[in-house]
Amino acid sequence: MTVDGKLDAIARACRVQIIRMLTHAGSGHPGGSLSVIDLLVAIAFGRLRHDPQRPDWPDRDRIVLSKGHAVPALYTVMARSGYFPEEQLITLRKLGSPLQGHPDRVALPGIEAATGSLGQGLSIACGMALGLRLARSPARVYCILGDGEIQEGQVWEAAMTAPKLGQPEHPLDNLTVILDYNKIQLDDFVAKICDLEPLVAKWQSFGWPVLEIDGHDLAQIDKALDQAEATRGVPTFVVAHTVKGKGVSFMENNPEWHGKSPKPDEAIAAIREILGVSEAAWSDYLTTDRATRVIVDELRALDKQ
Amino acid sequence: MPAKATRAAFGEALLELGARDERIVTLDADLSKSTMTAKFAKTYPQRAFNVGIAESNMIGVGAGLALSGRIPFVCSFACFVVGRFETIRISVAYTNANVKIVGTHAGIAIGEDGYSQMGLEDVACLRALPNVTIVQPADELEAKQAVAWAVEHQGPVYLRLTRQNLEPVSPADYRFQLGRWLTLRPGTDVTVIASGGTVFNALEAAKQLQADGVSAEVINAASIKPLDEDTLVRSATRTRHVVTVEDHSIAGGLGGAVAETLGEVLPTPLKRLGVTGFGESGDAKGLYAKHGLDPAGIAASVKKFLNR
Repeated sequence: MTVDGKLDAIARACRVQIIRMLTHAGSGHPGGSLSVIDLLVAIAFGRLRHDPQRPDWPDRDRIVLSKGHAVPALYTVMARSGYFPEEQLITLRKLGSPLQGHPDRVALPGIEAATGSLGQGLSIACGMALGLRLARSPARVYCILGDGEIQEGQVWEAAMTAPKLGQPEHPLDNLTVILDYNKIQLDDFVAKICDLEPLVAKWQSFGWPVLEIDGHDLAQIDKALDQAEATRGVPTFVVAHTVKGKGVSFMENNPEWHGKSPKPDEAIAAIREILGVSEAAWSDYLTTDRATRVIVDELRALDKQ
Repeated sequence: MPAKATRAAFGEALLELGARDERIVTLDADLSKSTMTAKFAKTYPQRAFNVGIAESNMIGVGAGLALSGRIPFVCSFACFVVGRFETIRISVAYTNANVKIVGTHAGIAIGEDGYSQMGLEDVACLRALPNVTIVQPADELEAKQAVAWAVEHQGPVYLRLTRQNLEPVSPADYRFQLGRWLTLRPGTDVTVIASGGTVFNALEAAKQLQADGVSAEVINAASIKPLDEDTLVRSATRTRHVVTVEDHSIAGGLGGAVAETLGEVLPTPLKRLGVTGFGESGDAKGLYAKHGLDPAGIAASVKKFLNR
C-alpha cells in the first residue's frame, strides 16, 4: 500500500468514528468534522513530531484547531495516535468526559488550546510559534481555521501581525495556517452570509505566501505542507478547498448538517457509504468486518433506547 | 520614597527582572510609553512585541507564548485589555495560560481623558473568571513586589495599576503575599478596606476621623481575588462596621467581593464607596471629591454610616 493509501484508510476509519461518536452524543457538528478530517490525518499521520506518552514534550509539533466545533475529528486522530483509548470516543459531550463539546486544554492532555469561541486560535498559534522560536525549538505549529470563522475581527488582527511578528531574528516560518474552506457556515452558505472573496488576494496583501489545494487530496495536502515547511521568513497560508460533510452523500454541501447529529439509522447509512459498500452487499460485509459490526450493533441498540 | 505611579514601578521592576529571567516577554498594543514597558523594549528588543492597536490579538499571542514556556506581560489600559473579555475568558482563563495581564490607567484618577479611557469595570469582569487572580498594589514598594510575585506565580494574573503617582503606604519590611491583606492602621469603630489608588486617602481619612473621635482600622486589600477572608472577618468581628473604598465601579469590584464574603460568613453593616455611573473628564482631585473618594469625602461617608 502506498503512503497515501495508508492515510486514506486512516481517514476513512476516522470518518466512521466521527459519525459513531456524534450519534452517541446526540449533538455536535458532523459537516465541519468531515470536511477537516483529511487535513488532520495528513498532518498527524504524515508528519507530526509528537509523543502521545509525553503531551507536554516542549519540542512537540502543535495542532491548534481554531474551528473548535470540529473537535470530534481531532479526537478521532488523537485516539488513533494513542492519547486515549478509541472506546472513549463515545463519551463525547457526556458529563465527566474529558472529550468536551469544544476543545478543553486542561481536561484533555494533547489538546493544545481551548478553542470554539471562534477567531482566537490564530493568535494563540502565532504566540506558540514565536515562543518556540525564542526557545530555539525545531517544532512547528499547524493552525486550522474555519471559513465562517475568519469573519471574526481578531483573525485579521493576527493576519496583519503574523508575517512581521518576531522579525528579523524570530520569524514565524514555523507556522502553517490552513483554511478549511468548505463554503458553509451555521446559518447558510458563506457567500450568502458574508462573502470572504477575494480570499487569496486578501491574505497575500497582508504579506502571506498563499497556496491553494484540494483539501481532500492527501498528496496535494502533503505537498503544500512540504512547501510551507521549506518557506523561510514568513508563515504560510493554505487555502484548502473542501466539501462540508465530505464522504456522506446526504450531508455533503448541505448547511443542515453543520450542527446536527445523525440518528442511528442515518449513521449506519453514512458509515456504509464511507466504507464504499453497496446496500445489497452490506449484511454480508458486516459478517467479514467485525469492528464495524460492533459499531453498527451499538448504533442499532441506541435506536431501541 | 517619593510618590510614584504603580505603572512606573511596574516598568522598573520588569526591567530588573528581565535581566535575570529570559522567559519574561512583553506585549503591547501601541501604548508601551504609557504602560511603561518602553524601557524593557529598548533594553530587550527581541523580547518585546508591539502588535499594533489590536488588543485581542495581543492577548491571544500572549496565551500562545505562555503555552510555549514564556512569561508574557500583556499590557494596555485596563479598559482596553479587559474590554477584550471573551479572549481573556477562553484563551487565558479557560486555558489556564500563564499570562500576566497588566491594566494601567485604572479608575477616574486618570482625569482629563474622560470615561472612555478609564478602567472602571475591569475588576468586576475578571472576578467572574475562574483561574484569574487579581492584584492591585497601593504604592511603589508593593507594585515591585507584586510584579516579582507574578513572575513566580503559575497561572493568569491581572495587575491593576495607576497612571497617577501614589504616596508610599507600605512599611519598609513589607512582603506581598497573595490572599493576604495588611492592616496599615489599627482601629476599633470601623474597618475601612481600600485598594490601590484609594489606600493613601483612606489613611488620611482615618486621621481626620481620629480627630472627631472615630477609630478607623485601615486595611490595604492588594489581593482582590482571592481576598483575605481571615483578616476581613477578624476585623469586622471587632468593629462591626465595614467600609470599602475603591477607584472602580461600586458594582462587582472590591466592595462587591467584600459584600459577598461578609453576606455569607459574617453579615455586617457595609458601605461601599466607589464610582457610580460613568466617569467624566476633569482634574483627578475634583473627580475624587465629586465621587467622595478624597479624604474628606471618605471621612464624611464613614461618619454618616456610623450615625455620628
